[in-house]
Amino acid sequence: MKTDIKLSGVGGQGILSIATVIGEAATRAGLHLKQAEVHGMSQRGGDVQSDLRLSTEEIHSDQIPLGGADLIVSMEPMEALRYLPWLAADGCVVTSSKPFVNIPDYPDRDALLAELDALPQVVRCDIEQEALALHAPKSANMVLLGMAARRLKILSPDDLRAAIRSVFFRKGEKVVEDNLKAFDCGYESVQ
Amino acid sequence: MTEKRLLLGDEAIALGALHAGLSGVYAYPGTPSTEITEFIQNDPAARADGVRSRWCTNEKTAMEAALGMSYAGKRALVCMKHVGMNVCADAFVNAAVTGVNGGLVVLAADDPSMHSSQNEQDSRFYGQFAMVPVLEPSDQQEAYDMMSYAFDLSERLREPVLVRIVTRLAHSRAAVAVGEGRAQNPLSPDRDPGRWVLLPAIARRQYAALVGKQEAFLAESLASPFNRLPAAVAPADLGVVAAGIGYNYVKETAPEGVPVLKVSQFPLPEAQVRALAAACRRILVVEDGQPFVETGVKGLLDARYPVLGRLTGDLPRTGELTPDNVAAAFGKRNIPAFAPAKHLAPRPPQLCQGCGHRDVYTALGKVLEGFPDARVFGDIGCYTLGALPPFRAIDSCVDMGASITMAKGAADAGVRPAIAVIGDSTFTHSGMTGLLDAVNDGSAITVILSDNLTTAMTGGQDSAGTHKFEAICLALGVAREHLHVVEPLPRNREEITRILREEIAYEGVSVIIPQRECMQTLRRKMRNQKKEEA
Repeated sequence: MKTDIKLSGVGGQGILSIATVIGEAATRAGLHLKQAEVHGMSQRGGDVQSDLRLSTEEIHSDQIPLGGADLIVSMEPMEALRYLPWLAADGCVVTSSKPFVNIPDYPDRDALLAELDALPQVVRCDIEQEALALHAPKSANMVLLGMAARRLKILSPDDLRAAIRSVFFRKGEKVVEDNLKAFDCGYESVQ
Repeated sequence: MTEKRLLLGDEAIALGALHAGLSGVYAYPGTPSTEITEFIQNDPAARADGVRSRWCTNEKTAMEAALGMSYAGKRALVCMKHVGMNVCADAFVNAAVTGVNGGLVVLAADDPSMHSSQNEQDSRFYGQFAMVPVLEPSDQQEAYDMMSYAFDLSERLREPVLVRIVTRLAHSRAAVAVGEGRAQNPLSPDRDPGRWVLLPAIARRQYAALVGKQEAFLAESLASPFNRLPAAVAPADLGVVAAGIGYNYVKETAPEGVPVLKVSQFPLPEAQVRALAAACRRILVVEDGQPFVETGVKGLLDARYPVLGRLTGDLPRTGELTPDNVAAAFGKRNIPAFAPAKHLAPRPPQLCQGCGHRDVYTALGKVLEGFPDARVFGDIGCYTLGALPPFRAIDSCVDMGASITMAKGAADAGVRPAIAVIGDSTFTHSGMTGLLDAVNDGSAITVILSDNLTTAMTGGQDSAGTHKFEAICLALGVAREHLHVVEPLPRNREEITRILREEIAYEGVSVIIPQRECMQTLRRKMRNQKKEEA
């Protein structure tokens, strides 16, 4: 069994924290894992992405092939669309629905969301709004992870909760609780 | 005892080096190599053992200091991005002629596809040029394992060893089985000036000795645990030579039963290449970077023997390997299920909101409105992003330090105004010598030394000249009245534009130092401060 995930977003939105939590959970579950990150130039408000590959068997390539991703998990709707050529035919897009506009020629929002909704499998939500409602504004990325967890058959939600505890342990109990709350909120919002 | 740790390729290199008994790492930050030195700087055991790890001014000072540590008998590591090899090439090539005492490993992190670079040169050619062994790990586990091996090899052969990685290995995480560390070497400086004083008579002897060692290097490659060919190769139409990370893409995409020669140590294991060629009608070479192995394989075989790779178009001539282009080389197409999205716009990186470079470019743009013939020579760093809209503020960016020297050459030719924009860390890396040239020549240039008190582009490492720039410029001979320090804030824009106007009019060297801390490092400091108070 294997799961290939394209994580995407804009530099500074916290996609690497999502990758770290999934990585920790996968390690605890004894899965093979490869996670290719983007560092350097592209972090300055540009598009960022990370390839995350989990498997019960050995993994060779650090990169996901075209048409191979089971999931696109994105902190930003246009950044989810950017990686469509990598999405498998039966793959699912899990994304924030709130555009992050830091470029002059950002596409028409309604048209963009319509294109997203036309995909066979898509789950979207205003994760920042959800995080605000939980009084955990910095945990929007964990709302997204909770949403993705529904489709992430290779890891159980308890694996992911344990990983959140251990990854954020050093930041204090409040941060851990906020992130767990956000994760559960995302998880419950998806059927 | 072994344990499994989730490590970036860079971190696996760092930990491997520490476990090999490293005494010092010498490096200048550069993507994708930066995290190696950072890991060593933050490792508690390395700190306790006094492993030397502070950033160097540039790759040449790093290489020479590492050679000095090796001379003293200890194990030293030098890390850099690929273009850093150009900067330290003098020291690197000559270190092969002197040879080493303690193990000396040089790590070059190449960036095929130029994710964060201005070219995609392949460092393996530098290894071949200097005639030293080259190692190229295929995955994170090998990256860790190879470091002990590399230091042992370096001490056994008494030569520097080059380890070459690529972005996709450097910045990809995987579980790595790690073992126990070994103690550092004791202090034992080399006592043989007959090796180290490269006067022509000695250098000729040393160079001949290096040439004489080549056969031993080849024997090491043939016996290397990192080079593998199946014991008996069954006759086949197509055989594969897979180098470094290329091996992973081959394992992922090659059809069942294709014979593969895995190569991770050079010089190229000639006998293994010939054995593969004897069993196969054609050979496909899969390697990341430039056609280094491909030309090597072609050189070993009959001119009519078909060798496929980047030179024949079976793999693209530029850009990094992907599972898709390697699959295509095997005649398989990875077909996307979905077409590219229609509602999509590029999102290039940009200068942070509140960044001092923004104020510098805004002021410069204002002043240059009146000078259509002005040329602005840029340099390497965050401020290179000033080339993009909305600023479109620089006309060139070539290599570390080239802003000052290119402005000088252009000014010498008659360009007015000729302006250089360079960051603080780039200035100490390679800008100071050029400024001395300009001062000595009285060239009419205006240098904007945009000082954000850090090496920002690579994530905020210490910058070698912080708090010393005025003193450095004065010492290089810049006139006091043409040296200005300003604070790049919107409220100071009038002062900055006035100074720029005056100095552009001056027919000589002026330096303006806009000085304000990087937003990213400032934010991090404030966060840490808050944490300490809590």
